[in-house]
Amino acid sequence: MATGSSQQFKTDSKRVAGDLRHRGLIQTALSKYETSRDLQKSAFQDWQGARQAAAERKWDAINHLDQYLVEFASKLEARGTKVHWATTPEQAREIILGIIREAGARSIIKSKAMTAEEIHLNEALEKAGYSVVESDLGEYIVQLRNEAPYHIVFPAMHLTRGEISALFTEKLGSAPTENPEDLTMIARNILRDKYISADVGITGANFGVAETGMISITENEGNARLTAALPRVMITLMGIEKIVAKLSDLALFLPMLATAGAGQSLTGYNSMYGGPRMQGECDGPEQYHVVLLDNSRTHLLADPEQRDALHCIRCGACLNVCPIYRNVGGHSYGTTYSGPVGSVITPHLRGLQEWKHLSQASSLCGACTEACPVKIDLHHHLLQNRRNAMAQKPVRWEKMAFHAFGFLANRPALLRALIPFGRLAQKFQWIVKGGPLDPARAWTETRDLPPIATKTFTDQWRAKKRAASSKEPVQ
Amino acid sequence: MKVTLFVPCFMNTMYPQAGMSIVSVLERLGHTVNFHEDLFCCGQPAFNAGYWDEARKVAGPVVETLAADSADAIVIGSGSCGAMLKVFYGDLFAGTPLASAAVAVGKRTWEFSDFLVTKLGVTDVGARFPAKVTFHDGCHGLRELKVKQQPRRLLEHVQGLELVEMRDSETCCGFGGTFSAKFPAISTAMGEVKCAAAVQTEAEYIVSNDSSCLMQIQGLLDRQGKPLKTMHLAEVLAHQ
Repeated sequence: MATGSSQQFKTDSKRVAGDLRHRGLIQTALSKYETSRDLQKSAFQDWQGARQAAAERKWDAINHLDQYLVEFASKLEARGTKVHWATTPEQAREIILGIIREAGARSIIKSKAMTAEEIHLNEALEKAGYSVVESDLGEYIVQLRNEAPYHIVFPAMHLTRGEISALFTEKLGSAPTENPEDLTMIARNILRDKYISADVGITGANFGVAETGMISITENEGNARLTAALPRVMITLMGIEKIVAKLSDLALFLPMLATAGAGQSLTGYNSMYGGPRMQGECDGPEQYHVVLLDNSRTHLLADPEQRDALHCIRCGACLNVCPIYRNVGGHSYGTTYSGPVGSVITPHLRGLQEWKHLSQASSLCGACTEACPVKIDLHHHLLQNRRNAMAQKPVRWEKMAFHAFGFLANRPALLRALIPFGRLAQKFQWIVKGGPLDPARAWTETRDLPPIATKTFTDQWRAKKRAASSKEPVQ
Repeated sequence: MKVTLFVPCFMNTMYPQAGMSIVSVLERLGHTVNFHEDLFCCGQPAFNAGYWDEARKVAGPVVETLAADSADAIVIGSGSCGAMLKVFYGDLFAGTPLASAAVAVGKRTWEFSDFLVTKLGVTDVGARFPAKVTFHDGCHGLRELKVKQQPRRLLEHVQGLELVEMRDSETCCGFGGTFSAKFPAISTAMGEVKCAAAVQTEAEYIVSNDSSCLMQIQGLLDRQGKPLKTMHLAEVLAHQ
């Protein structure tokens, strides 16, 4: 039985996969990314060596998370930051709402945070009566469209300039323009006022440095800096896996994230946050809160086979190279994290049986694993998810079919006797070909099926052997 | 050299000429080829679908037979089934009595083009094939077995052959075994992207070291009425 999310994926992915306009749009957007990514990769002395080093640094961080998280929190607290620990999305939302209520805040500005998407923070804030505005341009656009981000790095990648212009005209009353700078200015003019009037700024985190107790945020628009610096209360919502041990680790991770994620040598703005405004400082928030989110990451940590999925730095490189993602688009997944890494981790975060279809929706081509800067064994994890899902709850007809196949594969004589029936069936297949009565419809609706050979390899091999032995001189 | 040929199930039933071409190329190079008629499939379909018990039922006899086989090498004309034996048998049989035999069989197993170029050091097999061709990298061969240059070295030495690279030759064709039937719309979209890249090269043939990819590509090309033909690498190399 297809579950709700599996049915939704099937329907949406089918619709988008056949949408040639979407296909062209994504191909164009990503081919530009590919060119700049390759250029930036070549600036590394040894990209493969850098990947290995990054994987090792993250391996150390994840395997000593218990120590690093405590170190991280205590360093932050020593500078007056309040650190909160949230096991579930509900807890994280309650903590954040509590901070906002206590601060007597009314309006909230937010910079990009996938963790906030994960816990559906905006809905919760709006439901509680607060206005919240996304300050990242792409996020602002999808917020105006009342949509989830299409991509973890490029939230509005699926939209053309024309569509964004039409959206701004409709929602903001601006004059139509397809000039990207003009479009940016329209959003900027509105957002600048929001920064100034906001009481609370909410950010995500790209890295959490245990050694110094600091949050690293990397962005291209300067919006996260304003979100962090202007409001009197700052909140950072960070997944516990974002920890790195040393400040010097960022010397590797920041250029790596920029290269793999956006094809940049370094992201435009790289900031570190370590606490609220100290005495004698002229800017910074009065209060700083860091909310550390588990939300089943510890489930993944408990799985030695797939623990490396916690190495993820959310660069999106695996999405960009994934032929499935490129054809079905970000929204079809119905998850916070789409693409290969989303297919790997969502079953751990939200339930294997409900989300196993994402691991099945892969040709296992391995382009993701090859692209991953921290060397997560992504496509093999998809195989493991399939194995775990079927071991837990097999699909009865599938299991029987594979059982029958195994029975036949081990009885070559019976198999050979059946092949002529297959040929015969194929002779009459044209009657139903591609239609609802065709047993091979899933294939034949869009593709031709090759005929079973008149002489199989085994037939031809035997004939060759016979011919060879008849030529041999009689002893 | 004594070589045992493993012929994948779909090659045996639908593309026997690819298998026979491997035999003919290897014999032309002076090697003795053997084939176990009782081995039909490597077990990958069940393995990829998550049914590892059922996969072991198919793969177990393959391991047992090939472990007892004294050939110098086991050759497979498919990167995908080659990866199953070389890479995935270790996982599939881990913790079972066949664990070490499975790993040992994997070590003796070679994808066809890798066998010729890396193991035998042969790049010119004396083939002639006057046509413009483009090469499609099957994902398993490319990423699990690191087979990328080997088929190209072989094609470069084929007389009369002009090799043109297609855009994104490393992008998956969308076959993916049972994936192609479970998610036909996605699989088809991926295949269409691949076919468009191949058509753009104006090549007459798409050549690959994996018949399964070619089944997907040819299936789409035929439906689209495109004249482009697919051919297994071994058939090109057998041509004189």
